[in-house]
Amino acid sequence: MSEDEGRRERSFLGDTGAVLKGMATVFKQTFRPDDTEEYPKVIAPIPERAHTGRHLLNRHENGLEKCIGCELCAFACPADAIWVEGEDNDPENPTSPGERYAKDYQINYLRCIMCGLCVEACPTRALTLTSYFEMSYTSREDAILTKEQLLELPPELGTTPGAEEGL
Amino acid sequence: MDWLDWLLLVARVVILFFTLLISVLLYIWFERKVIADMQTRMGPMRAGPRGLLITLADGIKLFFKEGILPTNADRPVYLLAPVLAMFPGFLAFATIPFGTSVTLFGRKLDFQLVDLDIGILWVLAMTSIMVYGVVLAGWSSGSNYPLLGAVRSSAQMISYEVAMGLSLVAVLMYSGHLSLSEIVAAQDRVWNVVPMFPAFVIYLICGIAETNRPPFDLAEAESELVAGFHTEYSGITFAMFFLGEYVVTVTVAAIGVTLFLGGWRGPAPDFLPWLWPLLWFAFKVTAVIYVFVLIRATLPRVRYDRLMAFGWKVLIPFGLVWILITGAVVVLPDHFDLDRGTVLTWAAIALGVTLLLSFVPTGRKTHEEATR
Repeated sequence: MSEDEGRRERSFLGDTGAVLKGMATVFKQTFRPDDTEEYPKVIAPIPERAHTGRHLLNRHENGLEKCIGCELCAFACPADAIWVEGEDNDPENPTSPGERYAKDYQINYLRCIMCGLCVEACPTRALTLTSYFEMSYTSREDAILTKEQLLELPPELGTTPGAEEGL
Repeated sequence: MDWLDWLLLVARVVILFFTLLISVLLYIWFERKVIADMQTRMGPMRAGPRGLLITLADGIKLFFKEGILPTNADRPVYLLAPVLAMFPGFLAFATIPFGTSVTLFGRKLDFQLVDLDIGILWVLAMTSIMVYGVVLAGWSSGSNYPLLGAVRSSAQMISYEVAMGLSLVAVLMYSGHLSLSEIVAAQDRVWNVVPMFPAFVIYLICGIAETNRPPFDLAEAESELVAGFHTEYSGITFAMFFLGEYVVTVTVAAIGVTLFLGGWRGPAPDFLPWLWPLLWFAFKVTAVIYVFVLIRATLPRVRYDRLMAFGWKVLIPFGLVWILITGAVVVLPDHFDLDRGTVLTWAAIALGVTLLLSFVPTGRKTHEEATR
């Protein structure tokens, strides 16, 4: 009988009781606080160490770009979203410390899958991910971010054009 | 009847129609909010204050969407079916008394469109006609899944209509009237739900099955039948099915309130004596609908064969037995000079003992043991 323990004898009242118990359980859920976040009215804080959004090209403290144009990020990219064109630095007026710099740097956010492999591949920590996720575009050209755009910090969440329409 | 009577009649029809329409819009919002609360969500929040106008927005969207007519569809029937699915709910509501009366222009106006002598038969007839909408929709779509959904739905609705009829027969025998206003009048001391509790439970279960609501929504089981009988419908025709389904839910709840929960009866202060019955009625209908929503949120969809087995092997025999008991309660007091309440008490005790006996192990193997 040991394996039969806990098995309920089927009975009319027992079954009815089980249904009522289930309904009581569901009813109790009514009083639990809602988990819904009313984005974009209320933008819940994003964990500080969450890096799940747009890329950022970093600079050294002296203003020189960290990117050395090595194209390792482009090679690592499984979606072929990154385009890098390296060139030798002008010795008089260097863009980055060292020999080479990125003349052109583009990321196509129609291709990017936010996997972060580019960040892992980067030897100089020039490329990092921010937690800015409000990226929606109305044309293909807009979705390809240029080097100038990637060097800028992304805007605050909720300030993207069009966000107010969701309010 | 002079012109004023005709005018008042038309006005009452129009007002009742739009009141029901608006209450259905509110009720869809209510259901979505309640379900959302039970799932720790917020539900619709955007259209109107706390999403109150969400159904209106949905309706406008559906109204302007393209209605697609499938190549294989039987055109006239395909367009007729949603109408047949939508209007019976409204028509059934015509006989339901939802208040006392008010005096306007020297005429006494009941809060009931028509007081039919055979009110309850009218209601049953209308809920039956709804089946045609579903069946014709499935048949005329010229597609497999709608047809399967329609076949299921017709079998289900016809089966559960029998049990529903039985539960209503018990109430009719007990109160001795077919007219809904008379049935409400007979509940001035005790609501029918007290002596007729088993019938009430049967009615609630059958009501859910009649309106194709979860857990009996096999006609549109999306995991197996896409959307069932209305798979091929879009735009305004789909909106009519959707509306019809919810109108009939309100109607079924209103009938339940009328037959079992005392209709518009409730304590009322002297201030505005015609208003309180309306509020009581609305409150009771909302409460019944809340139970429907709670059941929907709790129970998983029943398997089709079990649904039919439950209807034919549990509800109908149970309904018949209850009719027998009701008959005894109605007839015996006259023959043996007893009080109806005494007979009822003994009947209730007998039923309670029977139910308790269901706890006694029968020695029959459970399904799991038999198939191990």
